[in-house]
Amino acid sequence: MTAGFLIASAFLASAVEFVEALTIVLAAGITRGWRSALTGLGAATLALAVIVAALGPALTLIPIDMLRLIVGALLLAFGLQWLRKAILRASGYKALHDEAEIFARQQAEARAAGHEERAGLDWYGFTLAFKGVLLEGLEVAFIVITFGSTQGSIGLAALGAGIALVIVAVVGVLVRGPLTRVPENTLKFSVGVMLTTFGIFWSTEGAGAHWPGEDASLPGVLAFVVLLSFGAVVTLRRRRVAFA
Amino acid sequence: MRRVRAFGLFWWDFVVGDDWRSAAGVVVALGVTAALVAAGVNAWWLMPAVVVAVLWLSLRRAARA
Repeated sequence: MTAGFLIASAFLASAVEFVEALTIVLAAGITRGWRSALTGLGAATLALAVIVAALGPALTLIPIDMLRLIVGALLLAFGLQWLRKAILRASGYKALHDEAEIFARQQAEARAAGHEERAGLDWYGFTLAFKGVLLEGLEVAFIVITFGSTQGSIGLAALGAGIALVIVAVVGVLVRGPLTRVPENTLKFSVGVMLTTFGIFWSTEGAGAHWPGEDASLPGVLAFVVLLSFGAVVTLRRRRVAFA
Repeated sequence: MRRVRAFGLFWWDFVVGDDWRSAAGVVVALGVTAALVAAGVNAWWLMPAVVVAVLWLSLRRAARA
């Protein structure tokens, strides 16, 4: 896999998660105060940095075939979840992800919550931002570590995620609202396709089989997953119309 | 104990999600691939075929629900 492909994959996957984390931090900041929300954001970022710093080097000690088998299986299970949801959304069987609606719901819940102060912080605002960033960030950490470790380039994967973080943060500060114009459902579909592609490729190699043409077959696996996904969307749409 | 359980449930939900059958299908397919490779068959084609079946069954279940 080329460095550009690795960076682009990590960038796209991370951007989706950062957009979701931004929505939660904005809801916490606007309704419960920025000090608590930003402290929660900082604490979660620190926790994520510790996780990546600890797990990244540890994974490089595992033999590459074993690493690809485990990581490939995890990526494939994880990717199939994303792909399944994306196909169901695209075919109308599942509601589209709506950042504005999620933002409104988070704000309503934050307003309704009682006030409790701990360590000089509004505890609800802090925990809402901390949990939101930690959970969305864990997905980013998972993607960066798995993509990067199997290619021996955690740095490049982290670079892709870092670029996504900077862009989402800058746009978030400029817009001061949820990024509703980001084509999030399309991005999620793309990420599901990529996770599944890499999962198929690496888990098969990890199990000891060899792809015809080695790494050159990766675009072929990608094309296979794209065709499979669009075929499923078309079939499910037809089925939905037939049963309507 | 409750925290350990919550931690385990979080990772289960994170990786496996709401359709454990897909994850189980992946694990079984990997075992079969490794067994075929050990028997001298370069079974690179097995996982793509299993993904088609697993994804289709999972989507069918979701669409029916």
